[in-house]
Amino acid sequence: MEQTIHFKLNSRPVTVTTDGERALLWVLRTDLGLTGSKFGCGQNQCGACTVIINKETVRSCQYPVKNVAGKEVITIEGLALNGKLHPLQKAFIKCGAIQCGFCTPGMILQSYGLLLKNARPSPAQIVAHMDQNLCRCGAHTRIIEAIQKAAAELKGGKA
Amino acid sequence: METQSELLDRREFVKILGPGLYFLFSLDNFLLGQQPGGRMGGYPTDLNAYLRIAEDGHVTCYAGKVELGQGVTASLAQMLAEELEVPFDSVSIVLGDTMLCPWDGGTNGSRSIKYLGPVMRAAGAEAREVLIQMAAEILKLPPDRLIAKEGAVFEKNNPANKVTYGSLARGRTIERHLDEKPRLKSPSEFVVCGKSLPRADFQDKVTGKAQFAGDVRLPQILYGKVLRPPVHGAKLKNVDLTAAKEVKEAVVLQDNDFIGVVHPLPDMAEKVLARIKAEYELPQLKVDDRNIHQHIENAAARDNVVEQKGDLAQGNKLAVLKFEESYATPYVAHAAIETHSAIADVKRDKATVYIGTQRPFGVGEEIGRAIDLQSKQIRVIAPYVGGGFGGKSQVGQAVQAARLSKMTGFPVQVVWTREEEFFYDTFQPAAVVKISSGLDESNRIVFWDYHVFFAGDRSAQNIYSVPNLRTMSRGMGFGGDGPHPFSTGAWRGPGSNTNIFARESHIDVMAAKAGLDPLEFRIMNLKDERMLRVVRAAADKFGWKPAKAPSGRGQGMVCLDYLGTYVAAMAQIKVDKSSGGIRVERIVHAQDMGPVINPDGARMQIEGGITMGLGYCLSEEIHFKGGQVNDLGFDSYQIPKFSWVPQIETVLVENFEIEPSGCGEPPIVGIGALIANALFDATGVRMHRLPLTPERIKEESS
Repeated sequence: MEQTIHFKLNSRPVTVTTDGERALLWVLRTDLGLTGSKFGCGQNQCGACTVIINKETVRSCQYPVKNVAGKEVITIEGLALNGKLHPLQKAFIKCGAIQCGFCTPGMILQSYGLLLKNARPSPAQIVAHMDQNLCRCGAHTRIIEAIQKAAAELKGGKA
Repeated sequence: METQSELLDRREFVKILGPGLYFLFSLDNFLLGQQPGGRMGGYPTDLNAYLRIAEDGHVTCYAGKVELGQGVTASLAQMLAEELEVPFDSVSIVLGDTMLCPWDGGTNGSRSIKYLGPVMRAAGAEAREVLIQMAAEILKLPPDRLIAKEGAVFEKNNPANKVTYGSLARGRTIERHLDEKPRLKSPSEFVVCGKSLPRADFQDKVTGKAQFAGDVRLPQILYGKVLRPPVHGAKLKNVDLTAAKEVKEAVVLQDNDFIGVVHPLPDMAEKVLARIKAEYELPQLKVDDRNIHQHIENAAARDNVVEQKGDLAQGNKLAVLKFEESYATPYVAHAAIETHSAIADVKRDKATVYIGTQRPFGVGEEIGRAIDLQSKQIRVIAPYVGGGFGGKSQVGQAVQAARLSKMTGFPVQVVWTREEEFFYDTFQPAAVVKISSGLDESNRIVFWDYHVFFAGDRSAQNIYSVPNLRTMSRGMGFGGDGPHPFSTGAWRGPGSNTNIFARESHIDVMAAKAGLDPLEFRIMNLKDERMLRVVRAAADKFGWKPAKAPSGRGQGMVCLDYLGTYVAAMAQIKVDKSSGGIRVERIVHAQDMGPVINPDGARMQIEGGITMGLGYCLSEEIHFKGGQVNDLGFDSYQIPKFSWVPQIETVLVENFEIEPSGCGEPPIVGIGALIANALFDATGVRMHRLPLTPERIKEESS
């Protein structure tokens, strides 16, 4: 059913009028032109579409867009503030935690969600939190390293 | 003949390169300089095909490769900058565009640095020498009193007297060429190569700006989906399009059994497709994942002699210990996280297609056949590719997009669902290897009779010193007809994943029977000094202590030669005795690929290859019945996760004696045998078939 949905996207208010049952991922990628969130499986299995909704990590590929009404959504495009990269983004670059880069937006937002809750996660906690985000190129060890590095920088108040 | 310039839309051209800077040179010359010859006969020889120097000194490097995560964005630019004598950060790279870039055979086989590298370096070296000549005329000095450095030509004794490259080239074609091509630097002279310089694509990949084929948007874009049969080989009997046609804004298209829908929204296109009711006639095939290896062994095909020496019968007589074993590997999916994606804009006499492909120059013909255009009328652009591993060599999705675009007159984007990705994948072929061999009294291999069935002969060649041997390969490795119920294709390290699993497992079988430590047994039977050096490098780093297997410790090793790159790896694993599950704790990997262009990039490729390899080793296998693929998602088809990944230590074995060789595939091809050997060491269970699932390990040990 067509409905008008108001929400906050990357700190800006947006309004979309569309079928509220549509997946948030496609509304972001098509209607709103933000292609940073990726389609990897559409089955909640890979995490390439991960976004932050009200400080929680959410798989946007199966999340009905009507459910974001009144909420705050962050996508990969909204992570850098005023052109300044977030410590996670910097750490991913620095550690070479990227190969093809397709899973990267989901990886960064999944770890962003972790750091919101746990400012200094142990490697085991990182692994547990990231385990359902898939990377086929095998950048895993460096992604763990990057998350630790970013956590250290955020903790040090340099962000 | 139509020239490339006739295909060029000037506005598009400006959009790509940015205005202002690039119109200082002749457009026609630019394009003509790049294309001719390339498509037909290998890399073009004109240096202008590979580089352009703008008036401000900025260098654009052109290559027909694509960036799929392997890091050519940095390494190719490094090789050009090295010989051209310009700072690395003054070089940007344009990849994978058939109109702008010189021909290339495809991004596969770990060949970018090995084969395009020397060409790129030669172009840079020739340009540098020509620029020195041009500077000599301006400065009125003999060339031998000049030196090129940091993007300028200087008088050796008076560095203030100089001319910049930018002022010499001014963005134009470099008309002058050298009859005698300049010498390339030796690795010991490298300044830019050999450094871990950053990849320019990282910045856009952490902000979401980087565009993959599914992210490209053209005006009036429509999204397409094409009806897929439930099983391979099914024939469409009846189709009812009524319900699909009822959807507002949707267009349903049919051309015989090609049935597609387009819609202004991608998710809606999928929903419309689901409203089509179709009936199929299903083929009855008896082959499935349980009997496939018997089927493969029985399939008829040509036997090719890969290598042969000595006398097998003679070797057999000398043997005191004899072995006969059979090894098997299943169908394995590529499963890149980016599914096959393309957007095609087909006009009456030309087409532009953005594709996530490994072969921008190879796919025009296939697409052209589907839309009645010649490949030269089709401009293919490969934006960033979200993982390929061999799977992005096929372009079924682009053919679908092109057909739908031609039928509608609008640009159409097709992004495969995960189910389509699994269904249409060109799997690594299931294959079998049979080996008989023997050891003499002093535990030297005296004969080796090796038969591989339908994996191909890559890495089938024996690396040990064996006086009497025969290596045979039956049928094609991938592609072709073969005994397979669906398409097969190149999968990272094609053929070698099977061949090395078989050979390196078998070496350990012999070592165990001989009562020797696997490392000691290998060293005894290897004569190749370069291989021995790599093996020792791995052993030193690992801290290998000799013990005959099974020692209960869970340590294993392999060594191998993949197209000239040498690898030795050692692993420590732990086996959960009750579940049979394997936990890989540590892998040490030593690799000699000649001079390393970008060490950190090489380490990333090695870590990636090892990690990906754990998948085909521990869990990945396509289950099927006839043409029906039963694994269509990551729920049943498990690829490596964070919790699987061991500590990985890489040793780059320095070697300036050879030319730079491939990096990205060699690390993956030994993983099957590496872990199987460690499993034997831990438990005494020898696995002859991948993957090493807990169920299969339990089965084999009882």
